[in-house]
Amino acid sequence: MPFTALAIAAAIAAAAPLLLITRLPPAVRGWAAAAVPFALFVGFATMLPGVAAGSIPTDVMRWVPSLGVELAFRVDGLSLLMALLITGIGAGVFAFSGRYLAGHPRQGRFLAVLALFMAAMLGTVTSDHLIALFVFWELTSLTSFLLIGFKGESERARAAALQALLVTGAGGLMLLAAALLLGQAAGTFRLSEIIAAGPALTEHPLAPAILVLLILAAFTKSAQAPLHFWLPNAMEAPTPVSAYLHSATMVKLGVYLLARFNPVFGGEELWTGALVTAGTATMLVGALLALRETDLKRVLAYSTVVALGTLVMLLGLQDPIAATAAMTFLIVHALYKASLFLVAGIIDHETGTRDATRLGGLARSMPVTAVVALAAGLSMAGLPPFVGFVGKELLYEAKLTHPVAPLLLVGAGVLANAAMVVVGGILSVRAFLGTPRGLETTPHDPPPEMLAGPAALAAGGVLFGLLPGTLGGWLVEPAVSAVMGSAAMGSATPAPLALWHGFTPVLGLSVLTLALGIAVFLRWEPLRRRMERWHLLDRHGPERGYTVALGGFQWLAAWQTRLIQPGSLRVYATVTLAVIAAATAAPMLFGGGIAVPAGWLDLTVYEAGAALLLMAGAVAAVVARGMLAGIMAVGVVGFGSALVFLLFGAPDLAFTQFAVEVLFIVILTAVLLKLPLREPEHRTRGQRRTDAALAVGVGSVGALVMLAVLASPFDPTLGAWFGAASVPEAHGRNVVNVIIVDFRALDTLGEITVLGLAGLAALAILKRRPQAPQGGA
Amino acid sequence: MPSVILRTSARPLLALMLVFSLYLLLRGHNAPGGGFIGGLFAASGFAVYAIAFGRRAAEAALRFTPKAVLGAGLLLALVSGLPAFLLGEPFLTHLWWSVLSTALVFDVGVYLTVVGAVCAFLFELTEE
Repeated sequence: MPFTALAIAAAIAAAAPLLLITRLPPAVRGWAAAAVPFALFVGFATMLPGVAAGSIPTDVMRWVPSLGVELAFRVDGLSLLMALLITGIGAGVFAFSGRYLAGHPRQGRFLAVLALFMAAMLGTVTSDHLIALFVFWELTSLTSFLLIGFKGESERARAAALQALLVTGAGGLMLLAAALLLGQAAGTFRLSEIIAAGPALTEHPLAPAILVLLILAAFTKSAQAPLHFWLPNAMEAPTPVSAYLHSATMVKLGVYLLARFNPVFGGEELWTGALVTAGTATMLVGALLALRETDLKRVLAYSTVVALGTLVMLLGLQDPIAATAAMTFLIVHALYKASLFLVAGIIDHETGTRDATRLGGLARSMPVTAVVALAAGLSMAGLPPFVGFVGKELLYEAKLTHPVAPLLLVGAGVLANAAMVVVGGILSVRAFLGTPRGLETTPHDPPPEMLAGPAALAAGGVLFGLLPGTLGGWLVEPAVSAVMGSAAMGSATPAPLALWHGFTPVLGLSVLTLALGIAVFLRWEPLRRRMERWHLLDRHGPERGYTVALGGFQWLAAWQTRLIQPGSLRVYATVTLAVIAAATAAPMLFGGGIAVPAGWLDLTVYEAGAALLLMAGAVAAVVARGMLAGIMAVGVVGFGSALVFLLFGAPDLAFTQFAVEVLFIVILTAVLLKLPLREPEHRTRGQRRTDAALAVGVGSVGALVMLAVLASPFDPTLGAWFGAASVPEAHGRNVVNVIIVDFRALDTLGEITVLGLAGLAALAILKRRPQAPQGGA
Repeated sequence: MPSVILRTSARPLLALMLVFSLYLLLRGHNAPGGGFIGGLFAASGFAVYAIAFGRRAAEAALRFTPKAVLGAGLLLALVSGLPAFLLGEPFLTHLWWSVLSTALVFDVGVYLTVVGAVCAFLFELTEE
C-alpha cells in the first residue's frame, strides 16, 4: 500500500473541506482541522519500527513513462523523522489555528493553504525523484508566500512575502539547475540511486557546479548568513505560520537537502568548508541580532537563525557524533521552538502585545501556559532534565572532537548557546515569572485546542529528556545512518544519547554557557537598548543589498521594457511578421527549399470556389474603408478556411473554425462599440507602402512554405497508427477527439492550462477599475 | 439598444446552443464534436446573450464566475488522470466502464475551461 503517496493526496484533499471550516462553531474548528494531520502522524508513526529495523518503504508510480518521469517516494530514517515533525507539529498548529484565527473571515483559506503546505513538505522530504523533489520544494516556497502575505492588506506583509519568495525562489532555481546537472552526471534522477553511487559522483566534471548550486539552494531556504534576513521579516505572517513554516519545518528543508546529499559530497573540502564557515557565521549573526529585538516573534526568529546555522555547521563536521548531534538538535529545536512560538501567539492573543519589554508576571493569570512556556524555554536554555540539555551536550562533544579548529567552534557555540539561554529566559522566565508590568487587559489561559500543541511539544521535550535512549534508537540513529551513508556507518556507531555523561569537559562548557547566558539575561534590557543604537547594521546589512538589487532589477526591467515594448501595436506586428518572414525565407532561398508539387493547379470547381472566396475576403479586408467592413471581410477569410477544411475531410477542424470565427466577430464587435467606426487614416504614404510590401512578403513566404511541404512525400505512419489504434485502445471512432482527450491528453492538459491562464490574464487586465468621475456625456 | 429581434431570440438561442453544445460534447468521442467545439458553441450562446441583455445578465445566466468555471474545468481535467494510479497505470491513462469513462471527465474539463476562458474575455469586453 503506497502510504506516503496517499498521505500527500490526503493532505491535498483536506484543503477543500477546510475552506468551509467557518461553517463550524469556533469551539470545534481546531479539533476538526487537526484531524487529518494527526491521522497522518499516527500513520507515519506506525512505520517507525520497520524503519528503525532498517527497511525503507518505497513506492514508485509511473507518471509520464514516455518522458521517464515517475513519482517515487522513499521513506528512510531521515525522511521519516521529517515526516513525523511535519505531521506532528502540523496537528498542533492546525488545532491552534482553528481557534486562533476563528474571528478571521478568511480562516478557511488560511487552513486550506496550510494543508497544501503540509502536502508539499511531505512530498519534498519523501520524494525519491529529483524533479518531484524540486516541484514540491517550490510548492513550499509558494505556499509560504501565500501564508506570509495572508494579511495582504498590510504593506509590510506583502513586502515580506515577496522577499521570502524571491530569496527562496532564487534558491529553488539553483536546485532545479543542480537537479538537471545531477541527472546528467549520474544518469538517473532517482535520489536513492545517486546516493548509492556515493562519492564516485564527485569525479564527474560537473560535480563542483552541482555542489555549489546545492549549497546555495540549501542556504537560501535555511536562511544562512548573509541570506538570513528574509526569515525575521517573515514574522509578518500569522503566528501559527511562524511556528510551523519558519521555525519547525520549512526552513529545515535546506538542512534536509544538505543531509541528503552528505553521503555524496561529504568528502569534498569545499562542502565541509562552506558548511562549517557559513553555519558558524550564521550562528553568531543570529545570536547577536536576537538580543536587539523586543518583538517576541522576531527574537524567536533570530534564535531560529542561530539553530539553522548550528545544524548546517554540524553537518559540515563529517563525524558520526556531529551527525548524531545534528539530528538530535533538529528534533530538540523543533519541539521547543514550535512550542515557544505558539506560546508567543497565545500571549499576543490574550494580552494584545508581543513586546517583550512590556510583559511580565503572566503566570498568575495564565498558570497552564506558564508551565508549558517554562518547560519549552528551559529546554531551549539547555537545562536538564529537558531534551535541550541532551542536544547541547552532544553539540559540544561534536565540536570538541573536530580536528581543525575545536576552540573556535566551541567558542562560537558557547556564545550562540548563551544567546539561546537568554531568549529562552525572555520568553518563559521573564514573561511569566518576572514582575508584572501593568497590562490593560486581564489575560487568561486559552481554550484547550490552543494549548494542546505547545503542551504536547513541551511534554515531548521532557519525555525525550528523561528517555534519551528511546529518542536515539527510534528517531536519531535511523536518520544518522541516512546522513552518513551506509558505508561510513559500517565502521562507526553513532554516539549514544544520554542525559548524564559524568563530569566531563562538556559538562563544564554547559555550566559556562549557562552562567554567561544568565549574566546577559539579567542585564538584557540595558544591553538591548545599547545594541538597538547600532544603526550601522541596518544601513549596511545584507538586507540593504537586497533592496538595492531589487531596485536595480526593476530599473533594468523598466528600461528594457521601454526599449522593446513601445506599446504600439503597429510596431509589434511589423517586427513580428518581418522576423517570421525573413527567418523562414532565408533557409528556403539559400538552402534550396523551394519546391512545387506536380499538378498543384488541378482544382475541382469547389476548391476553386473556396479559394476565390478566400482571396476576395483578403482583398476586401485590405481595401475596406470602415472598421466594421474590414472585420466582416476578415470573417469571410475565416469562413473560407473552414470551408477548405470541410472539403478536405476535416469536419472537426471546420466546426471549430466556424465557432471561433463567430466568436471572433462577436467579441470584436463588442469591442468596436467603444471605438469610432471610421478611423481616419493616419499612416503616411510611405508607411502604407512598407506595410503593403511586408504583407505581400509574408503571404508569399507562407505560400512557398505550403508548396514545399506539399511537394515533399507524405509519411502516413502516424495517421495510420492513430486510425488503427483509435477504437481498440481508446474506444472512440473520432480519431481527432481521441487524440485530444486520450493519446495526447497531456498536451491537451497543457493547452487548456494556457487557455485558462489567458482567461485569467484577461480578467486581470480588462477588469474595470473604479473609474474617476467623468465629465461630459 | 439591441433590436427587438435580438432580444426576443437571445434567450431561446442560448438554451438551444447550450443543448447543442452538450450534444457535441457527448458525441465527440465517436463523431465530429468534443469538448473544444462544444465549449466554443456554449460560449457563443453566452456571447449572443451578453450582447442582447448586457454583461450583468449574461453573468447571471452563467451562474458561476468565468474564473470558477475555468478553474473547475482545469481541475476536472487534472483529476481525470489520477484514477489510473490506482491500477498502477501512468497518469492520464483513461479508464472505461462501457460508455462512461475518465476520458469523458477530461473532455468535460476541456469544455468548461473553454467556456470559462472565452466568457472571461467576453464579459470584460461587453458593455453593461
